[in-house]
Amino acid sequence: MPLAIELEGVDFAYLPGQPVLKDVNLDVGVGEFVAIAGPNGGGKTTLLRLILGLERPTAGRVRLFGEAPDRFRERPRLGYLAQRAQLGVQAPATVLEVVTAGRAAVRPVGRLTAEDREAIDAAIERVGLTVLAKRPLTRLSGGQQQRAFIAKALAPEPKLLALDEPTAGVDVEAQEALAELLARLHDELNVTILYVSHEFGAIEHVVERLMLVRQGIVFDGPPSSLPGFWHDPSHVHV
Amino acid sequence: MFEFEFMRLAFAAGAIIGVLAPVVGFFLVQRQMSLIGDGIGHVAFAGVALGYLIGISPVWTALAAAVAGAVAIEWLRAHRKAAGDQALALVFYTGIAGGVVLISAAGALNANLFTYLFGSILTVSRSDLVTIAILGFFALVLIALFLRALLAVSLDEEGALVSGLPVPVLNGVVSMVAALTIGISMRIVGILLIAALMVLPVIAAQRVAWSLRSTMGLSIAFGLCSVLAGLTTSYYANLPPGGTIVLTATGLFLVAATLETVRSRV
Repeated sequence: MPLAIELEGVDFAYLPGQPVLKDVNLDVGVGEFVAIAGPNGGGKTTLLRLILGLERPTAGRVRLFGEAPDRFRERPRLGYLAQRAQLGVQAPATVLEVVTAGRAAVRPVGRLTAEDREAIDAAIERVGLTVLAKRPLTRLSGGQQQRAFIAKALAPEPKLLALDEPTAGVDVEAQEALAELLARLHDELNVTILYVSHEFGAIEHVVERLMLVRQGIVFDGPPSSLPGFWHDPSHVHV
Repeated sequence: MFEFEFMRLAFAAGAIIGVLAPVVGFFLVQRQMSLIGDGIGHVAFAGVALGYLIGISPVWTALAAAVAGAVAIEWLRAHRKAAGDQALALVFYTGIAGGVVLISAAGALNANLFTYLFGSILTVSRSDLVTIAILGFFALVLIALFLRALLAVSLDEEGALVSGLPVPVLNGVVSMVAALTIGISMRIVGILLIAALMVLPVIAAQRVAWSLRSTMGLSIAFGLCSVLAGLTTSYYANLPPGGTIVLTATGLFLVAATLETVRSRV
């Protein structure tokens, strides 16, 4: 299987002497659906940031589709959903405007082409927001806002879909709907998905592979083979 | 009032500023950097003072200082040397302190200085209007060219960075255009009040808008309305134009906020 992500002996520290990640080795194949979970401060978001080229490892090597992440030539084809606090969910933007912004790196200047518009409409349709496309985000529920930002990440027809704490701030029902949506997107698009969250209950039954991160990868395998004690939320969260 | 050339010039320049200031302000408000205009304005004040001291047109030295201030704020932010508000505070206070020292050294603490600080409808010359038109057009073209990318950064800066958009450059474009706007607006609205004309029409528009497009359109309409109504009131009531324009914008904000409240209760 060709690899989407490779990490070899990766160390990372924001401050000298205070490692966040130590000796991380990881391969993710093209088209895999992987959940990355672990306690807050365990390094899972840092791991994602290293993969996306937002941080550089202090040691080791990261490859994204065979290239160094910060030099990845198909960067516009990375679909990324940042943590909710960093998104402009209070902006007076419609769903259509948010999703169109997701196409900006593919077509930064000039008019959108018919192909761009088709990709935008398809992304909105995939998340089930077609009838709400012209509604402002401020008049949508938390779950619908989250789906709008997932459509934004889908707009560039991504090779990799990376979601950082996508269930934060949405209710349990919306979390389950999000898991079903991601499973369907994975089946339909065969896109590589990285799902980062401090808990994995909502996504456990739809991912192929689960990684638990605590300074390094302490578990990597199908959720069904996860030792029972890891299912105890206090164990994961602390 | 249009029988006087100074009013025709003030209205023409005001119309350009009324459109440009809210367009720039739109991006500042979305990035939660509404006060950056104030920071740059205070550096422009130091530029005016420098112009007096070295004996060249304060308009150009203010413009140069505003651009330098904008670059400094973005550099501090982008290199994480200081948080956004700290970068702003550093530039803001350095600008005002430098301005006070320079203006004192130039012996220019006089009424003419107040026309730069608070605006005047008597001071726009034909050459000023040409400068305002050229720089205003350049600034609007720059924003139109990068509109989609600028919106993407406003909505999700980190997402834009991941997708490979040149976020520091785009943030720099917004700051530079803000600096240009302050430089060309100070003759009418004044250095200390131009930031309000960038921000108030936008936050008024947000109260009643239903999309980014409508926010931008209403912001321009409110900005234009504030400048034209403010200048007219200023002429007939013999009031300073900067303050009158900004108070008109404040009035529009109150109307928009009331409309929003009424609409939410219906």
